[in-house]
Amino acid sequence: MTENVTAKGGQGGGPAWEPKVVAIFCNWCSYTGADLAGISRLKYPAGLRIVRVMCSGRVSPAFVLKAFHEGADGVLVGGCHPGDCHYLEGNYKTLKRKLVFERLLEQFGIEKTRFRLEWISGGEGDKFARVANELIKEIEALGPLGSVAERLRQADGLSLRAEGGAGSA
Amino acid sequence: MPESKKKLKLALYWAASCGGCEVAVLDLDEKILTVAELADIVLWPVALDFKYKDVEALADGSVDVCLFNGAIRNSEQLEIAELLRRKSKVMVAFGACACYGGIPALANQFDRESIFARVYGTTPSTVNPGRVLPQTKLPTPQGELHLPTFYNAVYKLDDVVDVDYYIPGCPPPPDLIWTAVEAIVSGKLPPKGATIAGERALCHSCLRKKEEKKVTAFRRVHEVIPDPEKCLLEQGIICSGPVTRDGCGTRCLNANMPCRGCFGPTPEALEHGASMLSAAATMAEGKDEATLAPILDGIVDPLGTFYRFTLADSLLRIRNKALVAGAEEKEGEEAAS
Ligand code: SF4
Ligand code: SF4
Ligand code: FES
Repeated sequence: MTENVTAKGGQGGGPAWEPKVVAIFCNWCSYTGADLAGISRLKYPAGLRIVRVMCSGRVSPAFVLKAFHEGADGVLVGGCHPGDCHYLEGNYKTLKRKLVFERLLEQFGIEKTRFRLEWISGGEGDKFARVANELIKEIEALGPLGSVAERLRQADGLSLRAEGGAGSA
Repeated sequence: MPESKKKLKLALYWAASCGGCEVAVLDLDEKILTVAELADIVLWPVALDFKYKDVEALADGSVDVCLFNGAIRNSEQLEIAELLRRKSKVMVAFGACACYGGIPALANQFDRESIFARVYGTTPSTVNPGRVLPQTKLPTPQGELHLPTFYNAVYKLDDVVDVDYYIPGCPPPPDLIWTAVEAIVSGKLPPKGATIAGERALCHSCLRKKEEKKVTAFRRVHEVIPDPEKCLLEQGIICSGPVTRDGCGTRCLNANMPCRGCFGPTPEALEHGASMLSAAATMAEGKDEATLAPILDGIVDPLGTFYRFTLADSLLRIRNKALVAGAEEKEGEEAAS
């Protein structure tokens, strides 16, 4: 994980709780776009952490679930605009997954708005900043989500053994 | 080797399960007699009349193997899992429910209150005007009776006790059970934590023709009779073969039914449901939302489809309570009143 984008606190005097949002950006477009936002000194919220992957097509839904599992309040996936993917078809895969994945999240009781897919080109620093600020606002309105470990603890108060075992999760 | 002459002590237990795993043991047919020769059964509630106190009376670690099927849904099951773990040298999670939560874990989309409201209130076959719900304590003239606590969530066995081996399947097929029995009897046990099944994806054993065709419509099994020669996924029928462990003998595919994933995720799958969602969704033909959305809407109930047997082993595991509390309970109450 590289973070060469300067994170700037966006909400002076904002709420005590600050949403944690994981942004997973493709190297060729969205990451460059976020970088440009940094260079242009556009403000975006400090609670947004950017993870760089080579292509949005690499973002398995499991990555997003893992972020929610750990207690992210939202996840933003960024890729190149349709037709612009460095690997030709990666972002189409991302779109296909998203169309099913957001329904899955709702079945898990996680609001659709906590997960967002955006096409952000290398030149769209302003779009990145707008999307990031919008998303944080929406998540602030929803409130914190909490980690799965917390949710399980609240469910029955059992002290569960460390994860692992038969499956992979 | 005098040790091998000594009869093995075997315990079999069912927790939140349907009984299918018990039948699977009986499906060993005549081999069950060999098992009876090799082993003394110390607990088998479905077949033999033992009491929990008989097990409590045994020395810790004196049971050689416990085959534990079913998930953990209530406090009694947790208690017995802990008891049997203490008494047993080898604890085996037997079947999909013990390994991954199985079908019972699908109830993790709801909490206790909404489950009770539905089961004891709004199901069409229920008449319960007094709205009687299960209680953990019941005063009677003879004294207070205590019943197990029904949990909000379903857990897999290794959430609550240390598990040595996993035998997946709904239920595990007899040949795998036999492989496990032989390994135990001969003392040639695999490394701790091993899953007694294939290592690769089920697709490797599937003989259906694969052409990497794109899907223009998804269909459910009751909507179509699939071509028995062709890959089901390519016919738009969700088949969990690409992300599910091999080892069942492709028994569903042989019956022209898709794999539902009862053998759990392959070692490479990042997460069973997420990996299958990805495998299925990316089959859709199209490049824009207008084309793709109607195709992908054909995947109804993604959670129930992709986590049919593995919800208790998933990354999210239970529905976020903040949302569940309101909606379903209210629905239950309105319908009940
Ligand atoms: S997806 Fe199913 S039908 Fe297709 S090859 Fe794999 S196991 Fe066979
Ligand atoms: S085909 Fe799939 S669902 Fe059927 S027995 Fe095999 S692993 Fe289980
Ligand atoms: S490289 Fe940007 S989406 Fe594929």
